[in-house]
Amino acid sequence: MQDNNQLKIIDPNTLVPTALEMKNSGYRLVQICATRTEGGYELTYSFAKGYRLKNLRFEIAEETEIMSVSNIFEPAFLYENEIHDLFGIKINLIKIDYNGTLYKTAKETPFK
Amino acid sequence: MSKRSIVPFGPQHPVLPEPIHLDLVLEDEKVVQAVPSIGFVHRGLEKLVEKKDYQEYVYVAERICGICSFMHGMGYCEAVERIMNIEIPDRAKFLRVIWAEMSRIHSHLLWLGLTADAFGFESLFMESWKMREKILDMFEYSTGGRVIFSVNKIGGQRKDMDDDMIKMFVKLFGEMESDLRELTNTFLQDYSVNTRLRDVGFLTKEQAHDLGAVGPMMRASGISLDTRKMGYAAYPEIKFEPVTSNVGDSYARVDVRIKEIFQSIDIIRQAAKKIPAGTVDVPVKGMPDGEFMMRVEQPRGEAVYYVKANGTKFLDRVRVRTPTFANLPALLETLKGCQLADVPILILTIDPCISCTER
Amino acid sequence: MPKMAKSPWLLHYDGSSCNGCDIEVLACLTPVYDIERFGIINTGNPKHADILLITGGINEQNKPVVEQIYSQMPKPKVVVAVGICACNGGIFKECYNILGGVDKVLPVDIYVPGCAARPEAIMDGVLKAVELLDKKQNEAMAKERRENHAG
Repeated sequence: MQDNNQLKIIDPNTLVPTALEMKNSGYRLVQICATRTEGGYELTYSFAKGYRLKNLRFEIAEETEIMSVSNIFEPAFLYENEIHDLFGIKINLIKIDYNGTLYKTAKETPFK
Repeated sequence: MSKRSIVPFGPQHPVLPEPIHLDLVLEDEKVVQAVPSIGFVHRGLEKLVEKKDYQEYVYVAERICGICSFMHGMGYCEAVERIMNIEIPDRAKFLRVIWAEMSRIHSHLLWLGLTADAFGFESLFMESWKMREKILDMFEYSTGGRVIFSVNKIGGQRKDMDDDMIKMFVKLFGEMESDLRELTNTFLQDYSVNTRLRDVGFLTKEQAHDLGAVGPMMRASGISLDTRKMGYAAYPEIKFEPVTSNVGDSYARVDVRIKEIFQSIDIIRQAAKKIPAGTVDVPVKGMPDGEFMMRVEQPRGEAVYYVKANGTKFLDRVRVRTPTFANLPALLETLKGCQLADVPILILTIDPCISCTER
Repeated sequence: MPKMAKSPWLLHYDGSSCNGCDIEVLACLTPVYDIERFGIINTGNPKHADILLITGGINEQNKPVVEQIYSQMPKPKVVVAVGICACNGGIFKECYNILGGVDKVLPVDIYVPGCAARPEAIMDGVLKAVELLDKKQNEAMAKERRENHAG
């Protein structure tokens, strides 16, 4: 990671409280990225404060459902819908849930 | 309360060169809410890493978007170079700065033209694009391409500019400056332009922060952040300060971008003075292994490139978070409460690049 | 009946291009290239248009949009595919969401190559389209005359 980038591995269940902590200490959401791994996915949430970038990362199994952070960081709804449509990860309680209609792809969940 | 109606906007619309669709919830003429749907340009090029090796992928990265093509290629190359611990020659770093800033000027002029078109000032659109052609000529002269240049590669640049060429470009920019002043003064001072831009589409500093806005959209709301300051290419050797405004309306966004045009010319001058002699590339050995998250300041704002490699020539994952994607939530916020007739202008003030957004 | 070649109107739609060809199409309209000197006007309304310029390949989501725009255009009409992506998918051909070139869904008359297509090439393509437009119109009129004569 870049010099002023931090990477922190967290437990998937602590995502929402950790995100809330980040919000309260003045971070903003930069991006959410999913990567396919063997048997599951690796999710990276990036937050920035000034030029400093902090990444939260956790791995989940294929069928695991995770909670949305879009009620804490509003822009998250776009990233989460994208991840749902392209990777097929189930994300609960997205603020604006497109229910799989954000991207209409020829092949369903092409990154799965 | 008046009756609500939903007006679909796009994907094919006279003001949009690219397709995006918005469902606008209206109360008479007032927009209450806007819901975007995207995906009309979605190709799935992040998935191409499975078919193209990490060196070929530079060509794909350059085609994420034809407007900031150079910077997409550069961002991807910088990320891979950092994974592989490649230190590119200083001359290549300065060349990256010069070409990147030229891209910024051409992109901002393009945007000024489209904005003028959106508020119905067609001759201003034509003038902006006439000016932009001069920069495209310089691109063609130095790289051979007008839109897609393919001068980036992992380990440096494919082409060099000789010193006479750089001198000539600096001279040309010097000559352009007075014309640019005249053009941009129309944007900033003309009465009818002012009536369309001032006090339209406010975004406060807090909103810009919370909604994750980037680039000129964020800086026009008073946040002074510019990822060029993080130091990639030769930016650490260049003196500049992020351009900001405290107003936060559409006029402020035009103002910030216009100032950035002149700032970019200044950066090119500084780079032309400091560029050292030498080679422009280093040989690349081995395969990338590891991951890196690279942040690059594009004309539209911060772009994030995440590259994960596994030691083979095919990468595990490339993810691109483009500025327009980050600016969409801020756009939806500015649309709330505006008049239907102002929607095209507000969409344009984020400088939308749909092709980047959907990849 | 006046010749359509004197003032063909043009409609541009971005399929799933990278923007490169789109900005070159727009560059054609601006003073340096000035395609309007041929009597051409860029319109946003499919019902006004004679020539459809499409950049970029076709994907699942824009397929109905492209079909719908084409069906709204009055006859005779000409389709010009601008850039290699519109011709056959180009660099994105292998992407999961690209069905291929525009000819997968519409009858394409003129193919303009290039990545990105140069303004000179686009203008050349449009002028060929204008010729074709005249030919199609003459054919349609001849057919009508024959039918009237027979009827």
